[in-house]
Amino acid sequence: MRLAIKNARIIDPASGRDGHGDLYVADGKISEEFARPERVIDAKGLVAAPGFIDLSARLREPGLEYKATLESEMQAALAGGVTSLACPPDTDPPLDEPGLVDMLRRRAKALSRARVYPIGALTVKLEGERLTEMAQLTEAGCVAFSQANAPLPDTQVLWRALQYAATFGFPVWLRTEDAWLAKGGVAHDGEVATRLGLPGIPAFAETIALATVLELVRATRARVHFCRLSTAGAVELMRAAKREGLPVSCDVGIHHLHLCDMDLGYFDANCRLEPPLRSQRDRDALSRGLEEGTVDCVCSDHTPVDDDGKHRPFAEAEPGATGLELLLPLTLKWGVERKLSLAKTLARITADAARVLGVGSGRLAIGAPADITLFDPAAGVRISPETLKSQGKNTPFLGYELAGKVQYTLVAGNVVYQA
Amino acid sequence: MERNPQLNAKGELQHLLSTEGLPPEILTQILDTAESFVGVTEREVKKVPLLRGKSVFNLFFEPSTRTRTTFEIAAKRLSADVINLNIAVSSQSKGESLLDTVANLSAMQADIFVVRHASSGAPFLIARHVKPHEHVVNAGDGRHAHPTQGLLDLFTIRHYKKDFSRLTVAIIGDVLHSRVARSLIHGLTTLGAPQVRVIGPQTLLPVGVEALGVKVFHDMREGLRDADVVVMLRLQSERMKGALLPSAQEYFKHYGLTLDKLSLARPDAIVMHPGPMNRGVEIDSSVADGPHSVILPQVTFGIAVRMAVMSIVAGN
Repeated sequence: MRLAIKNARIIDPASGRDGHGDLYVADGKISEEFARPERVIDAKGLVAAPGFIDLSARLREPGLEYKATLESEMQAALAGGVTSLACPPDTDPPLDEPGLVDMLRRRAKALSRARVYPIGALTVKLEGERLTEMAQLTEAGCVAFSQANAPLPDTQVLWRALQYAATFGFPVWLRTEDAWLAKGGVAHDGEVATRLGLPGIPAFAETIALATVLELVRATRARVHFCRLSTAGAVELMRAAKREGLPVSCDVGIHHLHLCDMDLGYFDANCRLEPPLRSQRDRDALSRGLEEGTVDCVCSDHTPVDDDGKHRPFAEAEPGATGLELLLPLTLKWGVERKLSLAKTLARITADAARVLGVGSGRLAIGAPADITLFDPAAGVRISPETLKSQGKNTPFLGYELAGKVQYTLVAGNVVYQA
Repeated sequence: MERNPQLNAKGELQHLLSTEGLPPEILTQILDTAESFVGVTEREVKKVPLLRGKSVFNLFFEPSTRTRTTFEIAAKRLSADVINLNIAVSSQSKGESLLDTVANLSAMQADIFVVRHASSGAPFLIARHVKPHEHVVNAGDGRHAHPTQGLLDLFTIRHYKKDFSRLTVAIIGDVLHSRVARSLIHGLTTLGAPQVRVIGPQTLLPVGVEALGVKVFHDMREGLRDADVVVMLRLQSERMKGALLPSAQEYFKHYGLTLDKLSLARPDAIVMHPGPMNRGVEIDSSVADGPHSVILPQVTFGIAVRMAVMSIVAGN
């Protein structure tokens, strides 16, 4: 389809471009201007940006289809303007065999919607004991290797995994948390957990584990991306690690960027998250870290959970929240709070995320994949179970009025979503 | 943040879930009402018809004999019908969810659910899902709250010390795992006790406990100095299995209440314990059975306090 997008405010964080104009799409790529397009989208009043790249979205397939399906979650992604997503390996069974990864890729491709980038399991069954066949998993389509939220307490295994991955240049994505210190905990170990009588996870559970991995990065030179930082101390460690020139990057989830343990209120199970929501000080440090670039990206950490999983006492509730459709409005909210330009704000879910993921999308240059999201940055959206396309209706942001509504989503030049 | 889920739209007590966030007027109302019931419990015919025709369901998801019995006695003295359910050994083991259990019992026309659960916050979840005419009374949830125990402690303190405005209260022991301590602390700070102290080793005091309005002591002798009220907490034997404490003997040496240590408190100090006691672990028998001890009166007052709570919520 030869398509033209007219009168848009074009924002391309990769090049710094921000101005009104037209975009042309041909053969699935962004192209030079041409005459007689087959379709013209009038994007007056809309921003045209590279399709968003979400570094953590659980699609729940295979195995957990009762919580969500590829169809429902891909629809949610497109409604949120997300055109590429990385999915963690904690499916059932985990993504530890090339066959499973291949099947997921095929299923996703058949739906011809958002681009799905599977992250393979770092260890067999995520048990933290034996390495997976990383080379074969890479051939099957894995872009990185991770333990998702499963612990890897054995530092010998962690060291060997990083050595092996470094040998072949495979990126390793880790959410660091000391398994012993976190054992039994369900909330940030602070005043709120003390008041509510909830077992705590101390902030140093994250920083101790992060410091351990940084030492192993120094030893192995493995490329490590740290997922969903939650503490001020972790931001501090990352700042120093980057200054030192280590091959590391990191992200923060939308929840930890905006919420803190005070939001637990009276045991709100929608705030049962991994890692736990931490203190206001931690949240502020993450927000600042994202602004200065110490934290590279923001992700939705999309984890659909059904009502049965959430209608339980806080500690027994399943961790996670739906997020794909909140990624844009909550990233915009962060940008407004920090008084950033739209281009700088959007960089964290486009160009910067593409760099971490190692893909060619996330920019609007001529010849780049035509993954484009058109949105109205001022239009309000009310977050409610009725408006969410995801099968997961649980989020701490239910009832929020946020700004930023997606009108069109294009993947490889095809209009795959229209509001 | 949502409205305090314990109060109805008029600000009256709909459920009793925690002593935290309750206005002093409501705490005082409960204590005053309990005062009027102390007489009832001493009469030959120990019954008043306030809850006649009402059903009280004792929902115990965690085993307990003492608390369940006192709630049962209190409900019966209010002329309610009492149904005891030990769910720890029935439907939960069959995989039924907490809310399904409650919905089923609700269909049997319950008026008051008395709930004990091992998970902090469970009674809040139930309160959010019951019908408007049903009331939830928290009989202990995880480490979070045990409000009727906190209230009976307040009642006992008021009974012996008349008012809270000059008191120094020392709470000693395993505050980390204690719902009793949390409920008492909130009650005392709400009613204006000027100094509430917690005493224990770092391993048994939760992070940021000072934010509850207490002063922290690790040296028991220092913490007991001039205390008017001494509250001992139960130390469960499983605390010695992890890395929290080396042994019961060593704990008793530093944090057990003996006559010698008690002599540092005020001469008219009272000694309380929520029970069941571990003699020789947190408290010496000479203190438990001595003249300062008000441990048995606490149990008696507990019935009057639970009568007060049930009659107040049922009336709102």
